[in-house]
Amino acid sequence: MGFLFWKKKAKPEDDAAEPAVVAEVVPEPIPEFAPEFTTEAEPESKPDAEPQKVEVVLPKRSFAKGIKSLFTRIKFDPENLDELEDALIQADFGVDAAERIVAEVKSRAKKTGASTETELKNLLAELIAENLDREDRGLNLSSGKLPYVVLVVGVNGVGKTTTIGKLSKYLSESGSKVVIAAADTFRAAAVEQIATWAERANAILVRPKTEGQDPASVAFEGTERAIAEQADVLIIDTAGRLQNKVDLMNELEKIRRVVEKNCEIAEVLLVIDATTGQNGLVQAKAFAEVAKVTGVALTKLDGTAKGGIVYSIQRELGIPVKLVGVGEGITDFAFFEAEEFARGLVS
Amino acid sequence: MFGNLSDRLVDTFKNLRAKGKLSASDIDATLREIRRALLEADVALEVVKSFIEAVRVRALSDEVNKALNPAQQVVQIVNEELVTILGGQQRKLTFAKTGPTVVMLAGLQGSGKTTLAGKLAKWLKGQGQTPMLVAADLQRPNAVNQLQVVGERAGVEVFAPEPGNGQGDPVKVSKDALKYAEKKQFSVVIVDTAGRLGIDEELMQQAKDIRKAVNPDEVLFVIDSMIGQDAVNVAKAFEDGVGITGVVLTKLDGDARGGAALSVSSVTGKPIIFASTGEGLDAFEPFYPDRMASRILDMGDILTLIEQAQKQFDEAEAAKLADKIAKSEFTLEDFLEQMQQLKKMGSMKDLLAKLPGAGQMKNQLANFDEKEIDRTEAIIRSMTPMERQQPRVLNGSRRLRIAKGSGTTVTEVNSLVNRFEQAAKMMKTMAKGAMPQLGGGMPGMPNIGGGYVGGGKSKKNDKKKGSKSGNPAKRAAENAGNPYGNSNSGSSFGL
Repeated sequence: MGFLFWKKKAKPEDDAAEPAVVAEVVPEPIPEFAPEFTTEAEPESKPDAEPQKVEVVLPKRSFAKGIKSLFTRIKFDPENLDELEDALIQADFGVDAAERIVAEVKSRAKKTGASTETELKNLLAELIAENLDREDRGLNLSSGKLPYVVLVVGVNGVGKTTTIGKLSKYLSESGSKVVIAAADTFRAAAVEQIATWAERANAILVRPKTEGQDPASVAFEGTERAIAEQADVLIIDTAGRLQNKVDLMNELEKIRRVVEKNCEIAEVLLVIDATTGQNGLVQAKAFAEVAKVTGVALTKLDGTAKGGIVYSIQRELGIPVKLVGVGEGITDFAFFEAEEFARGLVS
Repeated sequence: MFGNLSDRLVDTFKNLRAKGKLSASDIDATLREIRRALLEADVALEVVKSFIEAVRVRALSDEVNKALNPAQQVVQIVNEELVTILGGQQRKLTFAKTGPTVVMLAGLQGSGKTTLAGKLAKWLKGQGQTPMLVAADLQRPNAVNQLQVVGERAGVEVFAPEPGNGQGDPVKVSKDALKYAEKKQFSVVIVDTAGRLGIDEELMQQAKDIRKAVNPDEVLFVIDSMIGQDAVNVAKAFEDGVGITGVVLTKLDGDARGGAALSVSSVTGKPIIFASTGEGLDAFEPFYPDRMASRILDMGDILTLIEQAQKQFDEAEAAKLADKIAKSEFTLEDFLEQMQQLKKMGSMKDLLAKLPGAGQMKNQLANFDEKEIDRTEAIIRSMTPMERQQPRVLNGSRRLRIAKGSGTTVTEVNSLVNRFEQAAKMMKTMAKGAMPQLGGGMPGMPNIGGGYVGGGKSKKNDKKKGSKSGNPAKRAAENAGNPYGNSNSGSSFGL
């Protein structure tokens, strides 16, 4: 729970309407891009003191290339802020969020006298960044209780396996020992797919012993293997499931339960495809309830989609966006950064 | 989160009852609601705008003002317009006159192409065709492998000369596949291509090259029904880049409204031919524009509900049960089994919400306690087999033990036993009367808070021989002449 120390209480959306915050918002120093985590299990005592631990140097990566401007189809018009609402809707922010943001931009503009395109765009970027900024954006990989278990969940075809491949590569390059449990025993050849990634990422793979084995048992074997190998991180791949399938959601709950017999679950990542529309919020709600999601990985941001749905997910459900996927290459991935995202959107 | 559109419109119109005529501003308020509903269903903004304009014209005409219920009339118009955009009539797959029919699949990553290829192949096989799958996705790790497994499951040959994972030329593979198919006399060739982004020029060029190489009869654009506003960009990119002849909507078994369907049809002008509705290879069907329209508007999707029920309820089980009832052997065990079948259909709330007009019972729905079913299950499970077979042995101390065992109270156990006895009695009567159907309800079902709906009331209805069901779902099914509605199934719970 490393970053919980700084965790701000998630504000209800209404707070955004409060005038107090307004323009003298000092841009916060860009927070550490990547999670601090250790390869040793001792930082329990003072996680936020000067690190005594083996600090893993994490390459800083930008995902700016993946962010598309809000104003590709509708040009920004300082005279007509109502059109801003349309631009936000087109970016999948949803009608409610779009309306609220526009109202807030208007009221801030009135207070600060902002009227030029640059000023207004800055206002908008600040507002979006503020609402998306969270201190607990890094992965929870610092509790000291090894192995750190990362459970990856989501609907079908969002890019869970690819995300795991990239994350594993990244972690193992940073010096961590990674075990992957291939608990997607449903989809044809899913195990082979993750095996390819595991090989590229130099991670240990725990395969199901038989076809269609109970995914919970694969996950459990993953914990055993991770403990035996003294791995730093165990990543569990799960089958894609639509959130309205009760049996499949129960299965997820079971995976959680079984894993927890051996290890604490450090992180439950919900993978959301950037092209997802308003159903993304429904997905997040359902998965949060069953799997206790701790973070979102936003994938496929390299397309034309803008991923606005994560705004509502974070605002309404308080689940921070943590990772971003921007391509099919094993290095096409970054840690989410609210400021960068917001700037990219208004550019 | 999403309100039912017709309910919202009814609300909007409520204060207009006194007025004889709808003013332009009344219509505007309504259209704003419709706009919002469509946007919440992920219909692309530009499509919504032009759509609203079209509806406005009709809504201001006499067609609406002369209607007895203007709100309903507006909904009707919206519905009609939606169906029109979605293609009106169902469009069938085009087959080649000579030689193998070539179907090429294209779409974004993760839209479900490979799975769909298998489904399409299986479906075609069922139609008497001899399909062959071509592994031309040489990009994604183990996509070839996946297609081979899918092909095996579908019982269809897979042409996969290249291992994939970045090796091999998909254009050459496609060309060779065609030759092979001609030689081996396959009737349909389905080419699975790699997922690609519309803005990836290199890959779009590759798709174009594949198209040129195989000259397909159909280029099906596969799109995830959960996609949001970006659907228009993507569809346009594929239409311009590869050129498509039809659309397949996948993952329609989720709870997304699927506004993308509308966006894609209206941007490309191409019909949606198929919908993919589940994980199994059989979960694949021709696309029905009218059902999609209802879904986008959240007007209750009664047909899907019925289908869902049909899928989940085991026919053989149902027949067995009917037999038991006829012999008055219905026990608490059967009761439990029924409840489990019902649970398989998913959340009771979700099911109820699929009924038309569910919006108006939103509060009751919110109060509905899903756990009630769990508790009932716990009570029955805490009984010994003998108690389940012969509930009359349940004396005070047994009931106390059961209550303790199930974490409930004796009162709850009592009420369950009472409800069960009533149900059993009723069934006996029915069996004697040799009614061909169970009617609309099984009163033994656990109480649902807030006093909804079929269950309680249906008792009355059941007594009227052969009457229309008290349950809207079943009634609709009966009216639709659906076999499910008046089958002998034990699946009728009045819910």
